[in-house]
Amino acid sequence: MLRSADGNHTLGAGAGPAPTYLRDGTTVLSWLNTRDHKRVGVMFLISVVVFFFLGGSFAMALRLKLLQPGPFLFDALTYNRLFTLHGIVMIFFFMIPAIPSAFGNFLIPLMIGARDVAFPRLNLFSFYVYLTGAAIALWGMIHGGADTGWTFYTPYSSTTSTQVFPIILGLFVIGFSSILTGINFIVTVHTLRAPGLTWMRLPLFVWATYATSIIQVLATPVLGLALAVVGVENVMGFGLFDPARGGDPLLFQHLFWFYSHPAVYIMVLPAMGVISEAICTFARKNPFGYKAIAMSSLGIAFVGFFAWGHHMFVTGQSGLTNGIFAVISMLVGVFTAIKVFNWVGTLYRGAILFTTPFLYICGFLFFLVFGGMTGIALATVSLDVHWHDGYFVVAHFHFIMVGAVIMAFLAGLHYWFPKMFGRTYHEGWGLVAATLIILGFNATFIPQFLLGNYGMPRRYYQYPERFQALNVASTAGASLLAFGLIIIVIYLTLALRWGKRCEQNPWGSKGFEWMTPSPPPTHNFDEIPTITQEPHDYRTHAPSGVFHAR
Amino acid sequence: MNEFLRRMLFLPEQASSFAQDVDRLHYFVILTTILMSTAVGLCALFFFVRYRRRSEHQTTPHVTPSALVEATFIGIPLALFLLWFAIGYREYVRQTTPPPDTMDVYVMAKKWMWKFAYPDGPNAVNVLRIPANRPVRLLMTSQDVIHSFFVPSFRVKQDVVPGRYTQTWFEATEPGRYEILCAEYCGAGHSIMRGEVIVMKPEEYEDWLQGVRRGLARRQDGTNTPLEFVPPASSLSEQGRLISISAGCVKCHTVDGTRHIGPTWLDMYGRKEKMQNGQTVVIDEGYMTESIMDPLAKIVAGYEPVMPSYQNKLAGPEIAALVEYMKSLQSDAVKIGPPEGPVYAPIRGR
Repeated sequence: MLRSADGNHTLGAGAGPAPTYLRDGTTVLSWLNTRDHKRVGVMFLISVVVFFFLGGSFAMALRLKLLQPGPFLFDALTYNRLFTLHGIVMIFFFMIPAIPSAFGNFLIPLMIGARDVAFPRLNLFSFYVYLTGAAIALWGMIHGGADTGWTFYTPYSSTTSTQVFPIILGLFVIGFSSILTGINFIVTVHTLRAPGLTWMRLPLFVWATYATSIIQVLATPVLGLALAVVGVENVMGFGLFDPARGGDPLLFQHLFWFYSHPAVYIMVLPAMGVISEAICTFARKNPFGYKAIAMSSLGIAFVGFFAWGHHMFVTGQSGLTNGIFAVISMLVGVFTAIKVFNWVGTLYRGAILFTTPFLYICGFLFFLVFGGMTGIALATVSLDVHWHDGYFVVAHFHFIMVGAVIMAFLAGLHYWFPKMFGRTYHEGWGLVAATLIILGFNATFIPQFLLGNYGMPRRYYQYPERFQALNVASTAGASLLAFGLIIIVIYLTLALRWGKRCEQNPWGSKGFEWMTPSPPPTHNFDEIPTITQEPHDYRTHAPSGVFHAR
Repeated sequence: MNEFLRRMLFLPEQASSFAQDVDRLHYFVILTTILMSTAVGLCALFFFVRYRRRSEHQTTPHVTPSALVEATFIGIPLALFLLWFAIGYREYVRQTTPPPDTMDVYVMAKKWMWKFAYPDGPNAVNVLRIPANRPVRLLMTSQDVIHSFFVPSFRVKQDVVPGRYTQTWFEATEPGRYEILCAEYCGAGHSIMRGEVIVMKPEEYEDWLQGVRRGLARRQDGTNTPLEFVPPASSLSEQGRLISISAGCVKCHTVDGTRHIGPTWLDMYGRKEKMQNGQTVVIDEGYMTESIMDPLAKIVAGYEPVMPSYQNKLAGPEIAALVEYMKSLQSDAVKIGPPEGPVYAPIRGR
């Protein structure tokens, strides 16, 4: 498998240095028909960024409406469709594939010293499955959209007259992409590690993505099944969830959250992996507590499967059930705390270089600690009663998903940009944009925590007037956030063409992905390396970088 | 302190018996969260300043934590979170376990309104009137999709699910008006599915209840439509029965045939009665109405002339209801009408 994929792309041996993967065929078809994990990763990266801006524009529309307590700009049905689409696009089209499918595809083979993933054709197929699912769902959005919220709660979703079916079909299809990529990574990590790369030398990003893949493979089928039944119920009046037809609406919630709670970890675990890599590079230090960070990824993946009931504390579920789910949710928090302490520990006695990715790492740590602890606060049952389905919850999960995951995504994007494209971006603009984003993000979501305390339920088109001031503050913050993101798009796009060319290892990192040239040749390694030490061991020799110490 | 933190955190007023206890945990949790975030942040900042990169080729030692350090990393958050859980869960059990002597109100949610029904009295749409300092239990179901009953000031929220009953309870402590919001997304009108809890002083509540009971007959076609799932309090004779209680008729008149201050109402209709002035009167609607309005005009032989007039105290339709009730009191009558009370067994959280 490996050899044949390799053979498709390698030029004849001994014909000078092999071309980089970017230069190995420049036609559109050579990209669309590629088996190269790096090209698949880049195509995923472009797709998820496009969807991120689509979902972001929905969010801005929502925030603009919320400037006014009464009807404003558009009607309630449009508002309901917009928040549904915002959730679906951001979660299924951006957040879930963002880090694993884009960075994971690009980096896992480089990090484990392999020439490609285990199933290169399946990898490309996964990309097209993703595009197909997204296209079906987009078709549904254009033809009316759905107004159920991304949670599709029954019996509302069984009875609404909006276009639930195509959107659910799109998500059903996209689930296969997630499963295929997950299987591919699991097999790759098991079978294609370079000689000497034992499990305990595996880069932490690989550990995190490996744990994520397990969740993707095990949990996604449950969501597919539940959504399929909702679709059938909406179209044909099947009666599994709608009590008017003898169904049980809470059954849907159990099935939905059995996937969608672990899905949070599908999004967050790879983000944690990115941070584990980047923080070592910029602190120039071995990971403090490597085993603890690696094993807590598996711990989160495992325990995360049994915490779903905390989404249902006020559904009328029994008190004992609520107590059990609350305790299990706390355990997830403990695993996360272990990681946070170990990241901070990594800075201890390091040699820290302040750069754009490092600023994102700082943002990530703050958002993860505050967002994570408010999550545990939400799992504290008596407090959840007041906060449930309110803006506090909205603020909490945006702290995790926008705060932590986007910070990690942007940290990874800036950290690996030289690896992927062999060029550097403008550091000054990078710092400006990062500052704007972190400030804008706080200004957007801290008022939402307070709105939740104040009693504003989520998914509110109109709201009592006393909530207006905080909503205006939140919208102002969102504008700042959007502005920062637009700056990033501009300077990174410019850097693709005009960025300064950089050497193989501009950060002076000892992460394994920097063993190959940047950008890597199609076959990654002229010779499969033999790994003799742990990643990020800076005891002996610190390679130089273009970014100098200040 | 409580008031200061409450305002800082934008929490609504504390208008139920457990609101303040919920908020106390809230303060503890938020303060420890801020403390922990700050501690992590300061620690990182300290390392950042202390261990900044000094030369391009700087090497660093290989540092790994001891088992004790890792155990601390696990122990601190675990202990803190379990403490939160222990306090929170205890409070939650209290919050979800109604005391045995609650006043029950039935709630039916539908797109996009709240309907309230009191077992012994009126129905209302979007307005729930309750007495202060009395535990109130809500038994709730939905007619269409899932809604969620949320009163921020009471720190109470409970999903209202079609096809099953859920319950919640609270004891309002301060008379006033409190917003009811729907917290579970339910469609285009979700954000305007709002209502109001009006908490009244107990005596005012009693007055209001009496007034409503008396006014029931008057308001048959009024704004307060009866709930579908509660037997309407509406057959005219049933309304008459309620009025006979609220207006105090049954303090002197029995309905079971025994003699009291006034003649019994049982089998009264159609009876021939001898009056004090020797005249014989057939008891019919006309006589009944006259006796309510001007009781002393014709006194049944053997009774004292003590009954007060209800002229201007009862409205025409209320008298009609009373008369209809008296007519229905026949010892050989077949009892018809809706069953009393709800037909399901309400759930109890104990």
